[in-house]
Amino acid sequence: MNRAHKQRPPSLRPRRVGMTLRTFLSRSGIQRWRQGELGVLPVVFGLVVIALYFQSEQPTFLSARNLSNLIVQIAATGSVAVGLVLVLLLGEIDLSVGSVSGLCSALLGVLIVNLGLPWWLAILATLATGALIGALQGTWFAFVGVPSFVVTLAGFLVWQGVQLSVLGPTGTVNVFDPYIGKIAQSFLPGPWGWILGLGAAGVSMTALWVARVRRRDAGLAASASVALAARSILVLAVGISSVEILNRFRGIPTAGLILFGLVVFFSFVTTRTRFGRYIFAIGGNAEAARRAGVNVSGIRIAVFTLAGLMAAAGGIIFVSRLTAASTQTGGGTFLLEAIAAAVIGGTSLFGGRGSPWSALLGSLVIGSVSNGLDLMAQPPEIKYIVEGAILLAAVSVDAIARRSRAAAGR
Amino acid sequence: MADDNGAGKSTLVKCIAGTHAPDAGTILFEGREVRIHAPDEATQLGIETVYQDLALCDNLDVVQNMFLGRERLTNVVPPILRTLSELEMERRSLDVLRTLSVTTIANVREKVAALSGGQRQSVAISRAAMRNSKVVILDEPTAALGVAQSAQVLALVQQLREHGLGVILISHNLQEVFSVADRIIVLRLGRRVATFRHGSTTPEDVVAAITGARESGRL
Repeated sequence: MNRAHKQRPPSLRPRRVGMTLRTFLSRSGIQRWRQGELGVLPVVFGLVVIALYFQSEQPTFLSARNLSNLIVQIAATGSVAVGLVLVLLLGEIDLSVGSVSGLCSALLGVLIVNLGLPWWLAILATLATGALIGALQGTWFAFVGVPSFVVTLAGFLVWQGVQLSVLGPTGTVNVFDPYIGKIAQSFLPGPWGWILGLGAAGVSMTALWVARVRRRDAGLAASASVALAARSILVLAVGISSVEILNRFRGIPTAGLILFGLVVFFSFVTTRTRFGRYIFAIGGNAEAARRAGVNVSGIRIAVFTLAGLMAAAGGIIFVSRLTAASTQTGGGTFLLEAIAAAVIGGTSLFGGRGSPWSALLGSLVIGSVSNGLDLMAQPPEIKYIVEGAILLAAVSVDAIARRSRAAAGR
Repeated sequence: MADDNGAGKSTLVKCIAGTHAPDAGTILFEGREVRIHAPDEATQLGIETVYQDLALCDNLDVVQNMFLGRERLTNVVPPILRTLSELEMERRSLDVLRTLSVTTIANVREKVAALSGGQRQSVAISRAAMRNSKVVILDEPTAALGVAQSAQVLALVQQLREHGLGVILISHNLQEVFSVADRIIVLRLGRRVATFRHGSTTPEDVVAAITGARESGRL
């Protein structure tokens, strides 16, 4: 094999440099749709429909103030959903993230209020606790062989119990620490918002074009410049309009910035690193990954650890927003909203397909519905029914897409 | 290697590939006696096995599958951050596929889920051939394929041979065996019952050995 290669130096003839727009569309768009790789289109479409509906019912829905509120409201769920996306990519599930968030919020409150720890130390300890819980559950799943569904269902109860005992008989700890409060209650000053928004859009646009040039130089097929220009314009438009709208109220919410940062970071990790590649591989075919030499147990434990860490981060944001940790924190519909957010955003429950961006998009959908129904003064029962129906619809789209994928594989 | 169901070829393959420990006997590799206890020991010797299930990840594309477990990395921030060298892996994949004359895969960034059975088999075999291997074991590579796709895979087997790799092909299909094999070994009830050279035998002789109509072959 090697010999053969030396005789034939890798002088690649650039066979198909630069696709035409038509082949790009037929290759990346229609074909992918037929194969059930739906991407973000369904959820973006859903988001637009939801926004238009609530706007027509309640003209304040799309106001700068309400959108800013919406972002702060989804920051906790979104962060937890980012961790869940990683677990779902593995083809597993973590039902304990709500309880872990609750426990971590209680812990944060007790550490600051009862033990007088400085805010940063309390945050570090809380994050470490979440990660440790995740690592424990991941290890149990990977080495004892108990399905993740069961391990984390047990965790769901256990950590809720620990949360209640940490909070003690009063059941509530009020956290008035100014630094903790800043996480969910501060905003980026207007000019900084512009610098950051335009900077992020610029970096991602540059990355797109650099990647194209490098592919062309390597003699590989690169996407059409028209398609790339369209994507760049889209990125820029989303960046400018977000900053403009949020600056009309009080600026970009810090909590929203944290969520965005987490999404960008984990999106990098899942697509550009070997660790991320292995998460996808295990979610697609764990046995194939194992035979290829992937440390399947190690990756599984690491992912559950990250899910625990993100659950803790969500709990911290929660405490900051409500200035309290209570027995309700992390309970109720919190877990299901986080799972729904990940799945609605386009991450498959069947493993191996999805992206951290789906946590952001999905929590925007769930958050919009919740926020819109609140604006319309609908009672909680309606909210439960609507959210349940949206979750079912999203998973159905996923299941149908999976079937058409199976049909497309000739 | 040709045999009937249950004759012991899978067990033999597993022993060579290191996933199953042999009860007795020795394995000679390049004239040396070797002991293979684990799959990676076989890989280190240059023995690659393509199992019937192919061990591909449907949700990954061709390049990602070919480099699974052996990703090429770029040092971005040396000890901390290493990213995947996608361009290098894609070029190398294209190179390997072209060297092996695999023309059926038009787009190496296509997900394996969208490929046909023959294309998948080609990906799995090319992956095995790419990894500095000396011997490639193929377990029933055409069992699930139609006529045209079987022909593609057999052409690939020929390519491997021309590039100097040893190929152990396990098959029920005598027509196929005769079209690519240099040496035909018949197993029956866990034992080698016959070894034939291509060109000095007929399918009837091989069938006779497989069914046990005649116990000893020409050795």
